[in-house]
Amino acid sequence: MSRISKIIASLQAQNKKVLIPYLVAGDPEKGLTVQLMHALVKSGAHIIELGIPFSDPSSDGTVIQLGGERALRQGTTLLDVLAMVTEFRTTDQQTPIVLMGYLNPIEIMGYETFAAAAHTAGVDGVLVVDLPAYECDELFAAVRPRGIDTIFLVAPTTTAAREAAICENSTGYLYYVSLKGVTGAAITDKTAIRDKISHLRTITNLPVVVGFGIKDAESARDMADISDGVIVGSALVDSISHLQVGRRYSEDELMEVVSVIAIISEALKKH
Amino acid sequence: MRYTVSESQVVHAGSGLPAGQEDQFSGPDLHGHFGRYGGAFVGETLVAAVEELDRVYSKMALDPAFWAEFDKDLKHYVGRPSPLYLAERLTARYGGAQIVLKREDLNHTGAHKINNTIGQALLAKFMGKPRIIAETGAGQHGVASATVAARLGLECHVYMGADDIKRQSANVYRMKLLGANVIAVESGSRTLKDALNEALRDWATNVDNTYYIIGTAAGPHPYPRMVRDFQAVIGREAREQSQEQFGRLPDALVACVGGGSNAIGLFHPFLRDADVAMYGVEAGGDGLETGRHAAPLSAGRPGVLHGNRTYLMTDDAGQILDTHSVSAGLDYPGVGPEHSWLKDIHRVNYVAATDKEALTAFRDLTRLEGIIPALESSHAVAYACKLAADMPRDKFIVVNLSGRGDKDIHTVAGIDGITI
Ligand SMILES: Cc1ncc(COP(=O)(O)O)c(C=O)c1O
Repeated sequence: MSRISKIIASLQAQNKKVLIPYLVAGDPEKGLTVQLMHALVKSGAHIIELGIPFSDPSSDGTVIQLGGERALRQGTTLLDVLAMVTEFRTTDQQTPIVLMGYLNPIEIMGYETFAAAAHTAGVDGVLVVDLPAYECDELFAAVRPRGIDTIFLVAPTTTAAREAAICENSTGYLYYVSLKGVTGAAITDKTAIRDKISHLRTITNLPVVVGFGIKDAESARDMADISDGVIVGSALVDSISHLQVGRRYSEDELMEVVSVIAIISEALKKH
Repeated sequence: MRYTVSESQVVHAGSGLPAGQEDQFSGPDLHGHFGRYGGAFVGETLVAAVEELDRVYSKMALDPAFWAEFDKDLKHYVGRPSPLYLAERLTARYGGAQIVLKREDLNHTGAHKINNTIGQALLAKFMGKPRIIAETGAGQHGVASATVAARLGLECHVYMGADDIKRQSANVYRMKLLGANVIAVESGSRTLKDALNEALRDWATNVDNTYYIIGTAAGPHPYPRMVRDFQAVIGREAREQSQEQFGRLPDALVACVGGGSNAIGLFHPFLRDADVAMYGVEAGGDGLETGRHAAPLSAGRPGVLHGNRTYLMTDDAGQILDTHSVSAGLDYPGVGPEHSWLKDIHRVNYVAATDKEALTAFRDLTRLEGIIPALESSHAVAYACKLAADMPRDKFIVVNLSGRGDKDIHTVAGIDGITI
């Protein structure tokens, strides 16, 4: 069982919900990312999705686009992202890390090189936004033997045939996209999400977590009610956007910056 | 009035050969691959949309009535066939092979782009989508999309990089006159690639009621195949006209390559004619050696962008590089996947013309032939002139004059230090 599966299983056993924050590696500068990750764990994060910045993030809304642009202005590369994971692991060997991004940086690095480096750094899962399940042979061949989970999105538009294929290819958890649109948009149709998740439960035993559009305690509670947990991206990246490049921050200050995660964590506990 | 569609036109879609007789040029495969290139690398929200489009188009491509309607629109609305014109004075200037122009500049709206939008608009209508979106660089595809939207009474939104809006202001106004909403894209490098990203975001958000008309033979499957099939009218006509006017096929074909739609449209019907040499001309910008260009086939490497695996301009970290070209329509870091494959199998030669060479060709063609070419097309003319000079006089070269230069007069005037 992977580190991701173990954590989610133990939360499920305690009737608790999983909380997964997303931040862009290198936003607003490389030196802050690992500190922010530790602050997130202290604030109640169970798993961290670490975004690999990409010049052409065509599935992301403005907030995460801008986060990526800030990270790229600091010259953040995939190698840097892997170095951040290595550094994080020197003091935290528990919290699973999922790298989330677009295919080109991985393709250019080479699948084998990437998988070997990710494994050494202590990466637990990969989620490649623009890699559909039927194009993933090369990535699978490289990451699967190293025990790295392959996480895929299921969207409101996903057909029944594809749902089955995605469930078959997924390990760790299923990432259910709450809405038609890009990251950062607002959830409008809760009933539809509930129905879709109930349906997914009938075809897979994988945990189902909901992302896109979760921005506060209320939306997190709503989504956690009907799933195994939530992913919080834009709301966190928006808060991180206020950090200034070149300034040092105390732990308390960074805890304040990621307070949206602490608030959501509390809300999920009261649940 | 009735229009007959030849057997070859029905089967041309996709393969050009009847089922069971496919050869290496019959691609793509069912998942949109040309060799190792192509595919459909899109976010999950859009997968169902591209799959639906593939299903619908694959069916329509076998339906003679669809092609009859397409041909009818091309004839009566676009004004096809476009002439094949021997440029005698230009030929004389370079003193070698005859330079013959395929006059896509004479199409309605002034470029080859309309061939594709006519075809895709028929699909949008058939699929019952009331809302059209498009990305545009030079504005030609935006104008062509706004035009078919106006004609069919569809809502139309065009994404255009903020920098391109500045350099193609005449086309922006044309789109607005046609009733389209032009949306300035401020993200990234504020050019064509960013407009494409924004259009993909719009599509994911409005996927139920929206048809995305991609303007070139790139993007996720089925776009590269579909756009090629619609643009292949250029090559089919050029074949017939060459036989009629010259009694044989051309010795060489030359076309500029942005995303690659006018080039694949001209090339594809000739791919099986081994004696016809082909040259795709990319934007050399300030020169390939300066790094300031838009020539992924000449100076890039394979990667994945905008839904397909193809040659790209990307750095060692996998970030897409900024491009540079005097022509907005060629200012794109990727290229259609079929071109990547045709490069690797050495069927087509990919070369580059610099901004300067293109501008010289622009002026030559204007002064010698009375034809003001688009800056994109000027790249093809520039290379064709070089090529012609090295070939004997009894040979002939067909150059795709993909568009007219009206949209570019501000840019050229600016280079000359004149404000108009
Ligand atoms: C006149 C003209 N030619 C060529 C191009 C390049 O596109 P493609 O390579 O798809 O033909 C454009 C694009 O805007 C154009 O307007």
